[in-house]
Amino acid sequence: MPNMNMLQAINQALDTAMAADDKVICFGEDVGVFGGVFRATSHLQDKYGRDRCFNTPLVEQGIVGFANGLAAQGSVPVAEIQFADYIFPAFDQLVNETAKFRYRSGNLFDVGGLTIRTPYGGGISGGHYHSQSPEAYFAHTPGLRIVVPRNPHQAKGLLLAAIRTPDPVLFLEPKRLYRAAVGEVPDEDYELPLGEAEITREGTDITLLAWGAQMEVLEQAAELAEKEGISCEVIDLRSILPWDVETVAESVLKTGRLVISHEAPLTGGFAAEIAATIQHRCFLYLESPIARVTGLDTPFPLTLEKEYLPDHLKVLEAIKATIDY
Amino acid sequence: MSTTASADIVHEPTFLNGDEFHIPRLELLRQDGTLHPQAAPPELERETALRIYRAMLFTRVLDERMLAAQRQGRLSFYMQSTGEEGTVVGSTAALDPGDMIMAQYREQGALAYRGFGLDEFMDQLFGNEHDHGKGRQMPIHYGSKTLNYLTISSPLATQIPQATGYAYGQKLAGDGHCTLTVFGEGAASEGDFHAALNMASVLQVPVIFLCRNNGYAISTPAHEQFHADGIAPRAFGYRMKVIRVDGNDILAVYQATQEARKLAVEHNQPVLIEAMTYRLAAHSSSDDPSGYRSRKEEEAWRDKDPVLRMKLWLEGQGWWSEDEEKQEQETRRREVLEAMKRAEKRPPPPLDSLVSDVYQELTPALAEQLEALKAHIRKYPEAYPKSAPALDTERGDARDA
Repeated sequence: MPNMNMLQAINQALDTAMAADDKVICFGEDVGVFGGVFRATSHLQDKYGRDRCFNTPLVEQGIVGFANGLAAQGSVPVAEIQFADYIFPAFDQLVNETAKFRYRSGNLFDVGGLTIRTPYGGGISGGHYHSQSPEAYFAHTPGLRIVVPRNPHQAKGLLLAAIRTPDPVLFLEPKRLYRAAVGEVPDEDYELPLGEAEITREGTDITLLAWGAQMEVLEQAAELAEKEGISCEVIDLRSILPWDVETVAESVLKTGRLVISHEAPLTGGFAAEIAATIQHRCFLYLESPIARVTGLDTPFPLTLEKEYLPDHLKVLEAIKATIDY
Repeated sequence: MSTTASADIVHEPTFLNGDEFHIPRLELLRQDGTLHPQAAPPELERETALRIYRAMLFTRVLDERMLAAQRQGRLSFYMQSTGEEGTVVGSTAALDPGDMIMAQYREQGALAYRGFGLDEFMDQLFGNEHDHGKGRQMPIHYGSKTLNYLTISSPLATQIPQATGYAYGQKLAGDGHCTLTVFGEGAASEGDFHAALNMASVLQVPVIFLCRNNGYAISTPAHEQFHADGIAPRAFGYRMKVIRVDGNDILAVYQATQEARKLAVEHNQPVLIEAMTYRLAAHSSSDDPSGYRSRKEEEAWRDKDPVLRMKLWLEGQGWWSEDEEKQEQETRRREVLEAMKRAEKRPPPPLDSLVSDVYQELTPALAEQLEALKAHIRKYPEAYPKSAPALDTERGDARDA
């Protein structure tokens, strides 16, 4: 199995999807000849022509509006928003249009073919506007699927599934891992399930839950905790919406403890939703309060990014505090 | 850089504001129903002409009756298209039935022309179990897959970039179809309008942008909406072909749309049409225009009624008579009232339709929420008269449940 980084895996997923179905169309700012500012769409225009891989004008609301119409027509658009920080001009198209297209028409029309790819998250010295994690805004919107991969293998399989699922998907790519995460990725066409979490490490004392780039942080923290005799079960949520309550609840029923981590600010972050649901499902089994290790309730900083981010040490401290409660 | 050649270089500051352009307005039919002497009217067969007229007349009858029904408290909300029937029906008639229409909300005439059934109108207005939209949207949010009419969405202008995308797909499919998107002059202030026109021009897609410049966005008059000479000059900014027409002149609207369609379908050129018209009715049943415009102004536009103008033209052609007019009006009024009574009596959509179509498949979380809701309704059935009686009977279209 070849080794590759996450960008190469994403590029391969797009290539695979475009080869398998000529209705798949990729577009966005700088996506054409240049192959995207991160090169996720490299060589696709050469291979599939300008009609199927092209630059758009610099207008996010236009890109998503266009993508909605194209999907309603029966094409399979894969639109790129260059940074998740710049998705907000398209908020109306995503929240009022994409998410409600099928529902409001009584299933006469849908944009199920639509996938929006966008890099999110910190760790690249990007400051306020190249670092945000906006998943919670969209998680409040029934009708959208939100998917986040943690490594190259997951990225290819989840992206292929996202492109082919009959629901619109917001596919958030942890850009810190674009080149940093390298791993084995099968050459063949494969899909990984949407709406299903994955237990990446089995354990008995405490459950650690995250998604995307934060999975690396949980792994590091679990290693450190192991040395102190704490057995951690680690879960990658993978889909933020709809999310896999069962897998998380079953794990917490077993361990009695839960730490959730995300880069986005604490207040109103998706960990809050998970905590509320899990305390309801597992109330009598909980040994301690559910802990959240997140960014601060500030705009994303620049120079003090390391201090802001929920790193492995902060997670380790939360694990110990939860165990010793 | 992609701007004009160096020949245009000047050596002193020179400012332009667009007043250099003079935008003509296409008019073929005079208000008395006769043609302007120099006008070359489009070929319009008797059958098509009568179909257009009947759709306009029906729209007016429907609007009158349904506003009255709203005033009687039988209907929650309504929007009339009175005064704008010519713009909407005339443009629709110039399309191929396979062309997509993405409208704003005041385009019931397009559906009437394409053959949307009276019961289909009524079932949507009353949100009953036969409504294609399953009772999920306010009245007048029609949609029809078979008639290629995208379900209406309340947020303004969102359909415009969608039309660009839809038409891009039509271009790739190569089946010779285009998309017509309709919006008001107020909606043209939204960012989505500009995004849509620029993208359509850059990507060269077969889309027709039809602006109903009806003078008002609710209460805001056009002169407080924009400072330019209407909406038409905006096309220049995108190097897009544009035409302004008298929107109350059915022949002008028909001809302009026919020509625009040729440019779109045969040359993948997007076109902007600005139809000058007037919203004779209130914005909606919740609005009262007497607070922001004069009777005198309304009367002046009533004299330019597009339905009357077409009627006079048809009579001149010998295709229509006062008797036929009377009979048509009476028949349609009766049919509307009968259909309304039928629609009122139909039960609401089943409770399961509350959670279907959010995703293609029902999610476990939604199934759980539905069960919890059902348990609650069983406990307090009197509080939920719409759903309680049919709660445990198999019925309707909860396909996903």
